[in-house]
Amino acid sequence: MSVGLEVENLNMNFGGIVVARDINFDLRPGDRKALIGPNGAGKTTFANLLTGILTPSSGTIRLDGQDIGHLKESRRVKAGVAKTFQITTLFKRMSVRENIRLPVLERRGESRNWFGRADANAEVEDEIDTLLTQFNLQPSAEVQVQDLAYGQQRLVEMALTLALKPRILILDEPSAGVPSSDSHVVTEAIERLPEDLSVLIIEHDMKLVFKVANTIVVLVDGAILTEGTPAEISKDQQVRDLYLGARHGR
Amino acid sequence: MTKSISTSRVGNNAAMGLALDVLLISAGIAAYFLFPDNLGFLTRVLIMIIMVLSLDLVLGYAGIATLGHAALFGTGAYAAGLFAVYISGDPLLGLGVGAAAGGVIAFFSGLILMRAHGLTLLMLSIAVAQVLQEIVNKERPVTGGSDGLQGIDMDPVLGIFAFDFFGRTGYWYALIVLFVVFFFLKIVVASPFGLAARGIQESAPRMRAIGTPVYWRLVGIYTLAGAVAGIAGALSAQVTELVSLDALGFTLSAEALIMLILGGLGRLYGAFFGTIIFMTVHHTAASIDPFNWLFVIGALVLLVVYFVPEGLLGLPEKLRKHLRWGG
Ligand SMILES: Nc1ncnc2c1ncn2[C@@H]1O[C@H](COP(=O)(O)OP(=O)(O)OP(=O)(O)O)[C@@H](O)[C@H]1O
Ligand SMILES: [Mg+2]
Repeated sequence: MSVGLEVENLNMNFGGIVVARDINFDLRPGDRKALIGPNGAGKTTFANLLTGILTPSSGTIRLDGQDIGHLKESRRVKAGVAKTFQITTLFKRMSVRENIRLPVLERRGESRNWFGRADANAEVEDEIDTLLTQFNLQPSAEVQVQDLAYGQQRLVEMALTLALKPRILILDEPSAGVPSSDSHVVTEAIERLPEDLSVLIIEHDMKLVFKVANTIVVLVDGAILTEGTPAEISKDQQVRDLYLGARHGR
Repeated sequence: MTKSISTSRVGNNAAMGLALDVLLISAGIAAYFLFPDNLGFLTRVLIMIIMVLSLDLVLGYAGIATLGHAALFGTGAYAAGLFAVYISGDPLLGLGVGAAAGGVIAFFSGLILMRAHGLTLLMLSIAVAQVLQEIVNKERPVTGGSDGLQGIDMDPVLGIFAFDFFGRTGYWYALIVLFVVFFFLKIVVASPFGLAARGIQESAPRMRAIGTPVYWRLVGIYTLAGAVAGIAGALSAQVTELVSLDALGFTLSAEALIMLILGGLGRLYGAFFGTIIFMTVHHTAASIDPFNWLFVIGALVLLVVYFVPEGLLGLPEKLRKHLRWGG
């Protein structure tokens, strides 16, 4: 049996626009893959197909050999595929601690309990504390998320998703909107992720990509243009022309 | 260190909540002795608070915008009323029947309603109440139609406390049921289920992304609120020994909403303050000027919405900020 995530011949279109063309892709335990490509290439769409927010028009998605393509989003999360959002959709009027408590309770199957205080389970609170410490969020634990700096919100976003204990973690532009002075915080957080986790990072910030990824996949117009190590990709003339050149100019 | 700050704050909140609870219970007891001639009115206030508590669960916690809450109240009222007329006059059994009926109707209407959002949801919720009202109206031989359901004759509560002409038993009965419901809801909103409800209001897409079956969770919350509103309806049927079509009416839904907004959403206590103030103003203004009392209510709502959008519960906070007390 093959371990990890495998995608075969994935296709998807919005009306007339094809946003995924025959995508073949895999993600193994411990992988750090980056998905790059110009704006509108279909990166977020691809991630949404993996998590079940969107349904492909054809193709298969397997996790450890099991077809998960038919599972709803909430089921796929429980199977171990989780994703952060490009634009944060955090629980803004809740504290950081509560933001993380929600996924922990959900993962443990406790979120439909009517009795017992949500904040009184020592195991849950310990787990929250561990995540808060991992992301340096301990000092802001009781702060409402809407009052946090954007960079910190990105960290909450990651901590919240990691609280689901996924095996496949998809980060959609983890550094989007984070001032460059703070981007090392995001980089460090990614570097500290559990080793055996499979991570797919969608990112425009090439410095971050080259720092954390060991494979880069280039997506253009919904199709995979090429895949390779950072060294290979940075030498690839096609990629330089199509993507990196334009990007460096920004 | 951070932890001790957080626990002390939680401790403060808990202490404040407890103080407020004691205050509310004392006020409930004191009102009985202070206004012995107004027990009928006071009992209606208590019943309405239960109704608004139920709405707070739906709107204040889960963010479900509805203008059809009377559907749940009225179903509870008719179920308990019919149960008393045809099966048994036992009040507590009747409450159970009202709760079950409210819950069942909420569950089945919720299967449709909870798929909708915004304006669609608002319209559908109104429609559900109106359909039920029309059914009751048509089934005149059973329900009494527009004359209302009559012939309710309640047995004594627990076989001991008979309902009296002055409404004394009715008042105590409603007061106790109110606080049982209230403390039950306090537990629910502090539970993981309550936290998830707030999560859905804050960000339904995110709840889905963490694996919550949002739709079913909403149906669950709505069903629970239906049972609570059903209890309010049943109480009303039992205490007044009458159920009219108004129990399913739009006015009731709308007034419950106004009371909740007046008091403040998502904190349960808002139901108490909003309902007491709305109904007291209504009661006194209507007795002074039966034609223009709506203006007084309207002005009050405008003032609150404009100056304290968080509702009257937000007033102390607002004042504190203005006076620059707390840091
Ligand atoms: N819900 C939708 N309906 C119709 N078209 C959509 C929808 N979502 C995305 N698209 C289109 O699909 C294409 C791919 O969008 P997608 O968001 O996946 O790109 P992306 O690679 O993530 O871009 P970015 O780098 O800007 O985040 C774009 O042309 C976009 O306009
Ligand atoms: Mg995108």
